Amino acid sequence: MGILEVKGVNKRFGGLQALGDVNLSVQENSVHAIIGPNGAGKSTLLNCLVGKLIPDTGSVLFDGQSVLGRKPYEINQMGISRVFQTPEIFGELSVMENMMIPCFAKRDGSFALTAFAAVQDQKDIIEHAMQALEDMNMADKRHMHSSSLSRGDKRRLEIGMCLAQKPRLLLLDEPTAGMARADTNNTIDLLKEIRDKREITIAIIEHDMHVVFSLAERITVLAQGRPLVEDTPENIKGHPKVREAYLGEAQV
Amino acid sequence: MLGLEKKDFALLLIVAAMVVFAPFILNPFPEGSSLAQMFNAGYPDLMQRFAIFGILVIGFNILFGLTGYLSFGHAAFLGAGSYAAVWMFKLVGYDIIPAILLAILISGLFSLLVGYVSLRRSGIYFSILTLALAQMMFNMAYSVLGNPSSGYNLTNGETGLQVYNSDPQIFLSAAGPNFPNLLGFSMRSETHLLIGNWDFTLNAGYYLSGLLLLISFYISIRIFRSPFGLMLRAVKSNQQRLHYTGLNTRPYTLAAFVISGMYAGLAGGLLACMDPLAGAERMHWTASGEIVIMSILGGVGTLIGPILGAGFNEYFKNILSKINDSVLHEWMAFLPDGFENIMVTLIHPFVGKGWHLTLGLLFMAVIIFLPGGLVEGGQRIGKLFRREKANTSSAETTPSRETE
Repeated sequence: MGILEVKGVNKRFGGLQALGDVNLSVQENSVHAIIGPNGAGKSTLLNCLVGKLIPDTGSVLFDGQSVLGRKPYEINQMGISRVFQTPEIFGELSVMENMMIPCFAKRDGSFALTAFAAVQDQKDIIEHAMQALEDMNMADKRHMHSSSLSRGDKRRLEIGMCLAQKPRLLLLDEPTAGMARADTNNTIDLLKEIRDKREITIAIIEHDMHVVFSLAERITVLAQGRPLVEDTPENIKGHPKVREAYLGEAQV
Repeated sequence: MLGLEKKDFALLLIVAAMVVFAPFILNPFPEGSSLAQMFNAGYPDLMQRFAIFGILVIGFNILFGLTGYLSFGHAAFLGAGSYAAVWMFKLVGYDIIPAILLAILISGLFSLLVGYVSLRRSGIYFSILTLALAQMMFNMAYSVLGNPSSGYNLTNGETGLQVYNSDPQIFLSAAGPNFPNLLGFSMRSETHLLIGNWDFTLNAGYYLSGLLLLISFYISIRIFRSPFGLMLRAVKSNQQRLHYTGLNTRPYTLAAFVISGMYAGLAGGLLACMDPLAGAERMHWTASGEIVIMSILGGVGTLIGPILGAGFNEYFKNILSKINDSVLHEWMAFLPDGFENIMVTLIHPFVGKGWHLTLGLLFMAVIIFLPGGLVEGGQRIGKLFRREKANTSSAETTPSRETE
């Protein structure tokens, strides 16, 4: 049994069947990619995993526990962190403050009324955040306003913030969308490093085949809301059905 | 010092000095001169308002400045605090400690209720919800709960709630002052300090308000620098990221709302202590708007901004409304007769009863030229000085010093 088990998930928006009977099993400490053409239901599926949407039928189990009906922050506290398509960081805060917030969330849970403690006295948090920044090679940028970071660095910071929580499952929603080739390659290298160094499961939704084939160990192909095939990258590349649905237009 | 960093402690000391010396600073013109009548602000009534509205806006800033949630109903909590305090005077006696405690408690409860409902939405919808709820409270106070002939006359309607001789006042001692007092020390008692032609008034009510302003300011600094304050700033910056970082934003915003409501309650209670009377107009939505204006004037999200904004607003309101036509004629007396009348006619709409107009223009000028409020103005002046200093010092000593 995988760490994430999606079984028979259906989601309908009015007349549109966004997800039809989706089954997915993500093995612990693997990198699993979900690909598919536009409108295949990738984002809908992701939103069902993080609590933004609730499927009409079916079940989503994380480590044996259902995530359905839980709020995004509760699901995050269970150990699922999410990286957004456009980097979502706290633009008005410094890089260091950005990094401290997930550290507080890890230590204090979803709410703590620590209105009289001074931030600068939280030695454990500062240490944790510094370590997380060093892991991302961003320690020298800690005093910068995070909105003035480059796009690649914003992405780095966001991934770093997710990792600072030591999640068991990291969900990435098109992490290289709209990036220049150099930034894309940097992000791939970063994700490879994370995959190799840490005990973590990564599920990635991606459009860019280059990214998918350089990272993933297993790939699920979605088309029109239904899972088409699930296999290793090598087999996916040559699969006729996949070619027809997707790769034909993508020119790999 | 006191758990504060050096810079914040220095700020606290500056504010403390301002509070202690305000009766002197605000009375720069000698008694009897025409300038004194117009521009001196060092009399108890006005100074009490400076301090009390300072407290109110400091609290408002914890909500609006940190989380970005713009409440348009904070005057309702101010009014609730005033009513609570006057009820304490009516029932228990003129001791202000129970009055202020009840004021804070009642306003806290009201803000918990209003915050719980309105924080379900954000942005403009939140503002509208707070506005609607506060106007409901105003109307309840003004009419429904204030009908003198009904059995539950809580607010005494248009007349306003006040203390009557027939009220129980069970703990009122015959020896104690017949006015709100702290351990027998009347809020009205004052000492006059006559130095040369100057008459400085040291008033008990003002110094109590000032002390509470300092405590409020200190608490606000601590909140700004705490993990809780960091989370509130994160709420303003990106709620989505916060949710997906495992943090529940609702209790954070609700706590900020209740804290700021309690500040408003303290301010309302203090207003009643300085003058044991509470009217519904204190809860009107224009009063809420004034709180927003004061906080924007001073500088939203800054520590000292609320105090400056409240002071600026109260000072100009007071000065401008005092200038009438005869004063204008006096000022313009040096001009030829016909010209004098023209000038007076031109200025007339901006002063006296038209003070709103000038204050509105000043407000617009600040917003347009100093979007960060008066604090930004201060920072710009500070930068100007620093640059000059840097220029001269770099000319004297070795150049190529690191900038910033």
